[in-house]
Amino acid sequence: MARVLMKGNEAIAEAAIAAGCRFFFGYPITPQSEVPEYFSIRMPEVGGTFVQAESEVAAVNMLYGAAGTGVRAMTSSSSPGFSLKQEGISYIACAEIPAVVVNIMRGGPGLGSIQASQADYFQATKGGGHGDYRLLVYAPASIQEACDLMATAFDRSQKYRCVSMILGDGMLGQMMEPVEIKPVEVKQYDNSWATVGWADKSRPRAVVNSLYITHEELGAVNKRLQAKYKEIAANEVMVEEFNMDQPEFVIVAFGTVARIAKNAVAKLKEQGINVGLIRPITVWPFPYCSLEKAAAMNSVKGFLTVEVSAGQLVEDVRLGVNGKKPVELHNTLGSVYPTPDEIVESILALKGRK
Amino acid sequence: MSEPVFKKTSMLTDAPTHYCPGCTHGIIHRLVAESIEELGLSDRAIGIAPVGCSVFAYRYFNCDMQEAAHGRAPAAATGIKRAVPNSIVFTYQGDGDLLSIGNCEVNHAAARGEKICVFLINNAIYGMTGGQMAPTTLIGMKSTTSPKGRDPEVNGYPMRGAEMLATHEGTYYAARVAVNNTKNILAAKKAIKKAFEYQNAGKGLSFVEILSTCPTNWGLSPIESLEFLENKMMPYYPLGVLKDKGAE
Repeated sequence: MARVLMKGNEAIAEAAIAAGCRFFFGYPITPQSEVPEYFSIRMPEVGGTFVQAESEVAAVNMLYGAAGTGVRAMTSSSSPGFSLKQEGISYIACAEIPAVVVNIMRGGPGLGSIQASQADYFQATKGGGHGDYRLLVYAPASIQEACDLMATAFDRSQKYRCVSMILGDGMLGQMMEPVEIKPVEVKQYDNSWATVGWADKSRPRAVVNSLYITHEELGAVNKRLQAKYKEIAANEVMVEEFNMDQPEFVIVAFGTVARIAKNAVAKLKEQGINVGLIRPITVWPFPYCSLEKAAAMNSVKGFLTVEVSAGQLVEDVRLGVNGKKPVELHNTLGSVYPTPDEIVESILALKGRK
Repeated sequence: MSEPVFKKTSMLTDAPTHYCPGCTHGIIHRLVAESIEELGLSDRAIGIAPVGCSVFAYRYFNCDMQEAAHGRAPAAATGIKRAVPNSIVFTYQGDGDLLSIGNCEVNHAAARGEKICVFLINNAIYGMTGGQMAPTTLIGMKSTTSPKGRDPEVNGYPMRGAEMLATHEGTYYAARVAVNNTKNILAAKKAIKKAFEYQNAGKGLSFVEILSTCPTNWGLSPIESLEFLENKMMPYYPLGVLKDKGAE
């Protein structure tokens, strides 16, 4: 596909189709409604299925059912709607069904706002629903990156039989950028666990389930899940380290906020202040190793976490820095995004501090 | 050696069930399983277990099975049937699962005319959690959350599933049956089988509500429970076919 100008939500849907997704179950909510709208047009054209569910709850359970047959399927929503999906995502994670979910974040808590936000960071990276589980969470900073990561998200969900998430915000979903939806080589994984009707008696009867009533069984399942998350953490970390040659300070930010921060880095360079940027592309697994490495650099005097939430990302930054250098927080609340100049001000304030 | 006169259906596994003595879930499991086998649908069947007394149904039905979140079986069934259109998909749900927490999902699956079978087991109580009030608990009936008996001023009125589901254009078949005596069991089998036949013919949603007993939580003997079903439940939940588009 040639480079075209596309809205983020629509490009995400097209990229999912390129990644082999043929089943979408969703419910309208601003600012992600173009995702179901786009799928409703495109799925019939590619022989796929679009179902507008009666609720986010129903949509995620339709995803459970369909993905439980081994097909590539997804759902999408935005913050309040995404909270409603958490029960279903916990079930999908425990039943080890490969599935992809998209959260185009808006302001919260409660009904919040319809503008962009990053305040679902904890929910996305620490599990979200009940029980011990993790999602493999990709946080793209551009529409092109969102499309490229969609292919990775589908592949890894199949490979690990886990839930992959694309974590964007209303800005990413609503803006338009030139994008190339690249062809994806869809790799087939073993689907003998899937419920498709038991015609093939060479495999055991397939049961998709998350109930393990004895503590021995549930303990074993949790151990298997934790081993899988450990493997994912070891293999799937993605991070961009920008301008990290002997920086004086290091900014940490993800998604669209990292793009704003990059402008701040350029402005600071004009003033002769060398500031690096660490941008987690996977927010789980989190690139703690990059933080560790930066904290050990002699040139680095401190870190500035920039986020549109009340201090969520900063907790992971502090875990990575592990007390070796000061970590400051520059955050905005209620769907207000920082400007490059405001970030510059925060770095100058750090620099002025004795 | 003479030929055996009876053989357990191959659509049930040999796993011992966890149901209480006198509970009629076992009969209903057998009717569903026999219907699938007799229609030659075993290899295409995918069942969905609910949350509640029949949560372990995935151990007993000898076909591919999913266990759904509480009330969400019709949504999971939608996903399965859309992904594998040639499959024969059925949900097996209690009254709390289907009429309380899952009321939204079942009604919308019916409104969409999903080509699935939905079986509602109505025993007028929450069994698995220990006898709490269900949306189907009768007026005056005692439960652990209506200890003085269900009072419509406080608790409202019991809900009739088959009548409600029959109102949807997408519902192809809706019936209420019971398993309290041989005659009714045979009629129940006929209704369940018809539901599968309609799905196999590509028709819309088929809904069969089956009146069932709960001796444990009703505090009655199995025999008394069957009498309660006939004398107390049937007047409020009349048996019969509420909708049959195939017969119109």
